[in-house]
Amino acid sequence: MTSLLEVTDLSVEYDTSDGPVTAVDHVDLDVQKGEFVGIVGESGCGKSTLLFAIAQLLTAPARVANGQVLFRGQNMVAMNEAELAPIRWRNMSVVMQSAMNALNPVKKISAQYADAMQAHGVRSKIEIRERSEAVLDLVGIDPTHLSSYPHQLSGGMRQRAMIAMALLFTPELVIMDEPTSALDVVAQRSLMLQIKELQQQLGFAVIFVTHDMSLVSHFSDRLMVMYAGQEVEFGATRQVFDSPAHPYSQGLLDAFPSIKGERVPLQGIPGSPPSLASMPPGCRFEPRCPLRFDPCPVVQPALYDVQGVQARCLLHDPAYRDQARAGV
Amino acid sequence: MIVTALNQALPNGRPTPLLQARDLTRVFRVGGLRSRKHLHAVDEANFVINPGEIVALVGESGSGKSTIARLLAQVYPPSSGEILFEGTPLSSLRSREDVLAYRAAVPMVFQDPFSSLNPAFTVAHGIMRGLKLHRHDIAPQDRPAEAERVLNAVGLSPASQVFGRYPYELSGGQRQRIGFAQALAYRPKVILADEPVSMLDISIRIGLLNVMTSLRDDQGVSLLYITHDIASARYVADRMMVMYAGRIVESGPVEDVLGSPLHPYTQLLVAAVPDPRAELAVTAEMAKGEPPKVIDPGPGCRFADRCPLAREVCRTTTPPLLELKPGIHTACHVAADDHGRGAESTGGAELGAKIARVAA
Repeated sequence: MTSLLEVTDLSVEYDTSDGPVTAVDHVDLDVQKGEFVGIVGESGCGKSTLLFAIAQLLTAPARVANGQVLFRGQNMVAMNEAELAPIRWRNMSVVMQSAMNALNPVKKISAQYADAMQAHGVRSKIEIRERSEAVLDLVGIDPTHLSSYPHQLSGGMRQRAMIAMALLFTPELVIMDEPTSALDVVAQRSLMLQIKELQQQLGFAVIFVTHDMSLVSHFSDRLMVMYAGQEVEFGATRQVFDSPAHPYSQGLLDAFPSIKGERVPLQGIPGSPPSLASMPPGCRFEPRCPLRFDPCPVVQPALYDVQGVQARCLLHDPAYRDQARAGV
Repeated sequence: MIVTALNQALPNGRPTPLLQARDLTRVFRVGGLRSRKHLHAVDEANFVINPGEIVALVGESGSGKSTIARLLAQVYPPSSGEILFEGTPLSSLRSREDVLAYRAAVPMVFQDPFSSLNPAFTVAHGIMRGLKLHRHDIAPQDRPAEAERVLNAVGLSPASQVFGRYPYELSGGQRQRIGFAQALAYRPKVILADEPVSMLDISIRIGLLNVMTSLRDDQGVSLLYITHDIASARYVADRMMVMYAGRIVESGPVEDVLGSPLHPYTQLLVAAVPDPRAELAVTAEMAKGEPPKVIDPGPGCRFADRCPLAREVCRTTTPPLLELKPGIHTACHVAADDHGRGAESTGGAELGAKIARVAA
C-alpha cells in the first residue's frame, strides 16, 4: 500500500548572516489515507517549519535543503507554483494556528469561501452557495453566519469556520497547526471531537501539530515527538503514551499535572532547548536528559526500533545498551 | 502606612483575610458613544484570600478572571462593592504613601513574559527600582544583596548570571521568573498572577509552578493564580474559585471542588480536561455551546442555557452562592435542592446567601 504522504529525509534550513541553521533535520514521515498523525514538541523544535515544508509554504530565508515530499506520488519539492496551485486546497488544505489572523477581517465569511472556490475554477454562484452552506453545516455553524464578518463570531466559531473552509473541496489531507491553542478547555475539547467526527465521516487524513501532548492522546493514531529539529520518537499514540521510549517523551508526559489521583510534585524538564545555531555535538537532548551516560555527549543517536516505535536514544543502541545498564 | 485595625483573629478564630471582596462588581459600557449597553464583567463576587495560601481562579476566556485581578490591583475601581485589604477598605486609601504601600503589598505578574519586561533595561534595573521605591528599610548599599536573595528565591542562581542581562538574552521561563522576582522584591503579601505560565512551553511550566509553591511555603506569600488550566491549578492551589460569565459559581478546597464538583459547569470543566492517563469521558453534546455575552443580563442562572439540569427556577432567579458542603460554596438551584438548601426547602435564598457571606 502506498502512503498518501511520504516525507523522506527532509531538511529545512534558514539562511542567517552567520550561515544556514537547520530547523528541520532529516525528518521521515509517512501518513496513510484517513490517518490522524499528531506532531508534538516545544516552541522552536521545528514542528511548524515541518508543516510549512510539507505544504510548500516556506518563504525565504527558509528553504528545503534536502529530501522530498511525496504527496499522492508526486514530489511537491520539485514543483513550481503553477503546478502546486491546483493541489493546494483541493487535495491538501491547511488550518492555521490563529483564525483571528487567518480570516480576512473586512470580508464576510461567504466572500472568503467564494474566493477559495473561484480560485479553483468553481464559477457557478449556486454551487458556491450550496457548498459554503454544506461545509458550515458540517462544523455545526448556522449557515446564516455566511453573511457574518469574522469579528461577529466567537473564537471557537472562527476556528470552526476555518476548518469548514479547509473542507470546501473535501481534501485528502488536512494539515492543522495548533488550531485549538487559542481556545479554552471546553471549546478545545468540543473542537477536537468535531475534527475526529468529520475525519471519520469524510475520510481525510490529518496532520495535527500541537505543543500540548495530552490534547492528541485520545485522537491521533500515531504520534511524532520532535526535539530541536529532529524526530525523537514516532509510533502508535497509545504506545508512546504508555511506554515512552525516549527520555524526552517521558519528560513531557511527566510535566503534566493530572486532575485525578495523587497530587505528586513534578519536576518538568530542567534547562531549555538548545539554540538551532549551536547544537550539542552528540544527542541534542543530552544536556537536559536525566538518563544520560558516557557516549551521549559525543555520539549522535540514530533512530532505533523499539517494539515498533522509532526512538532516537542511545539507550536503545545495542552497542551501548549494556554500558548504560552497567552505569545505572 | 495602612491601618490594620482588624488585624487580630476574628471571633470565629480565623485570622483576618489579607484580601476580601464584598459584592465586587465591575460593569463596562460597551458599544458606541450613545450606547446604553453594559457588560457585566464581574457581578457580586464575594471571596477572601488568606495569609499563606494559593487561590486559583479558573474559568473560560471572557469569564471575568482578569477583571478581578485588575480590580484587586486597582487598575480601575469597582462599579459597586468593595475590596478590603487586611480589614481596611481600599476606598479609604487616600495618600500616595498608602496607595504605594498597597501596590507593593499586592503586585501583579503578567501573562506575557515577552512584553511585560522593558527591553531597554537590564534585569537589574527592574528589581533595583522596585527596591528603591518600596523598600525604605533597605540601605542603598544593601540593595544588590536583597536583589540576589529574590533572584535566588525564584530559582535564578547564581543571580550574577542574569543580573546584568537584557530580557532578550533570557528564555521565556527565565523572564517569567524575573517577573516573580520583581514582585517579590516589594515584599508582597499577595501576588496576583494572571495566567503566568500559559505562554510557556509545557516542559518549563512545572518549574514556574514550583516557584509559586515555594513562594508560599518559604516566603509566606499568598497568590491569586488566574488560569484556565485546571490541572495546573490543582497542582499548586489550596483553594479554587470557578467563574462563569462574570459570576463565581463554585469555590472551595481544590481537592473537594475537583473531586466532587457540585456545579454542572465545574463538572463540564473537569470532564473537558485532556488527561492522557484517563479514558475519553466527555461527549460532544455536553461540550457544545459557548459562554453567553453578559451584556445587560436579566435574572437567572447564566449557565442555564447550556445546563442539562436546568429547571424553570434557573431562568428566573439568580442562584445564590451557598455553602452546600463544609467549605464548598456553590451557586446552583439544582445542587442546592439536592443538599436540602434549595429556594423551596429553606424558605428563602436570601437567608442562604447571608449565611454564605458570613461563612466566607
